[in-house]
Amino acid sequence: MRLSASGLEQTVMSLKLPMYMDHAATTPCDPRVVEAMLPYFTETFGNPGSRNHAFGWKAEEAVDKARRQVADLIGADRKEIIFTSGSTESNNLAIKGAAEMYEVAPAGSGKCRGHIITGNIEHKAVLDPCKRLEKEGFEVTYLEPGRDGIFTREMVEGALREDTILVTLMWANNEIGTINEIPQIGELCHDKGIIFHTDATQWVGKMPTDVNADNVDLLSLSGHKMYGPKGVGALYVRRRRPRVRLVPILEGGGQERGYRSGTLNVTGIVGLGAAAEIALKEMDAERERLLKLRNKIETAITERLDTTQVNGHAQKRLAHLTNISFGFVEGESLMMACKDIAMSSGSACTSASLEPSYVLKGLGIGDDLAHSSLRLSLGRWTTEEEVDYAIENICTAVEKLRQLSPLYDMHKEGIDITKIEWQAH
Amino acid sequence: MAYGQKVIDHYEKPRNVGNFGTTQEVKTRKDVGVGLVGAPECGDVMQLQIKVDEATGKIEDAKFKCFGCGSAIASSSLATEWLKGRSLEEGLAIKNTEIVEELSLPPVKIHCSVLAEDAIRAAIADYKQKNGLN
Repeated sequence: MRLSASGLEQTVMSLKLPMYMDHAATTPCDPRVVEAMLPYFTETFGNPGSRNHAFGWKAEEAVDKARRQVADLIGADRKEIIFTSGSTESNNLAIKGAAEMYEVAPAGSGKCRGHIITGNIEHKAVLDPCKRLEKEGFEVTYLEPGRDGIFTREMVEGALREDTILVTLMWANNEIGTINEIPQIGELCHDKGIIFHTDATQWVGKMPTDVNADNVDLLSLSGHKMYGPKGVGALYVRRRRPRVRLVPILEGGGQERGYRSGTLNVTGIVGLGAAAEIALKEMDAERERLLKLRNKIETAITERLDTTQVNGHAQKRLAHLTNISFGFVEGESLMMACKDIAMSSGSACTSASLEPSYVLKGLGIGDDLAHSSLRLSLGRWTTEEEVDYAIENICTAVEKLRQLSPLYDMHKEGIDITKIEWQAH
Repeated sequence: MAYGQKVIDHYEKPRNVGNFGTTQEVKTRKDVGVGLVGAPECGDVMQLQIKVDEATGKIEDAKFKCFGCGSAIASSSLATEWLKGRSLEEGLAIKNTEIVEELSLPPVKIHCSVLAEDAIRAAIADYKQKNGLN
């Protein structure tokens, strides 16, 4: 596609293409993180479980340091950090492990083993463990958010039962960035003696976190969402008020206080620790910077293009992420027209299931607008030049595709497309 | 989705984009047949219009508009190219499998070619109905 603005061509000269605006999917490793990891591949390669020689001691020392770095990022004690392979594993361990530990009736008794509350726009790594537990005798309530995408204390309160044993709600949503009322929901859970887990994958490293002030019992986090390596994450497990216990999923050598057997991924853990320390130091300034860039994108696009909406609550959202629906334009073709920008779409055509985003549908956004959505998530090396390029490229592409869109014609002719009898196929 | 060269070519340079008038105008034009298939909530809508030469009975022009993914746009663009110059019967002979083959569509995109075939049939049926040819 041809980009008309002359300023854009000049900008392109200094830009490295394709540009990456999909940091909610994964982030590159910070070079400082890689540097910290390198010695642990070849020199300090010992098994922290080897208690009888210097190789093991040094590895254990490195893991201890990382454990403290991760704990500091979320205001926890280092004994409360369990290293895992990432948020998917952390979520599975937290949800299945707590459900089994705190069940109110044993398996096979024919009675409900316990009631769990979650949300219908959680990540699949929370929804699927919940569905598994339903098959195994637990009952699960899937809360629906308002149109702003937020889960509140009142919503959770309204779903509580005598036998509720676990509430699991994400801190910030991965598709729209909306921020739930985690401290308030945690307070409610503590009042009622219910275990509270939050999938904080998108939140930690970007927003200040204090598991004590925020009333969280279990918290999942991941290295590769905060400029650390892939394949490593952690689960925070509260040790005091209340002391939370879990039934492990992986059994074996009894590492990580028995919660997660398996030789520790020392290099990955060192990388996660380094990433946590950098995030803690830099998050406030970085958040301010990204918020300005993100707002610039939203303002420029919504001012230039009609029938365009930013999805999710206007303010209660992560600073680096935006999810925009462009009426009458399909997301995959829009991404084709912006092939130099790496981003995501809620369009069915971009998913293996051929279903549009269940998150956007969960907000009550129509399927047509779900198909028409783009998610841009900015990161540590995103520049204003890149943002300017993205704005111009996306707007030009939407304008071009609307010229191709029969729906946009109808819209301009004043025909209500929701009144047409479409043939679903 | 990594597309073949022909899909990208049609997507970047779509052939015969447009229509023969507003929605209301084409409804009353007897020389124009309109096919509108798909649904916004399914993520693709194709609008195909054919203009038929009364004397020869051949499709002298075809136009499309499409809301959909790259292969939906390419399928409908290709359909307009193939329709031009054909008789109505020859138009009805176009099969979705030929579109799949020509554009090298991956299995997950075959429904786009089916939609294009549906659009062709709908446009021809509309023309026939307007002219009492059924």
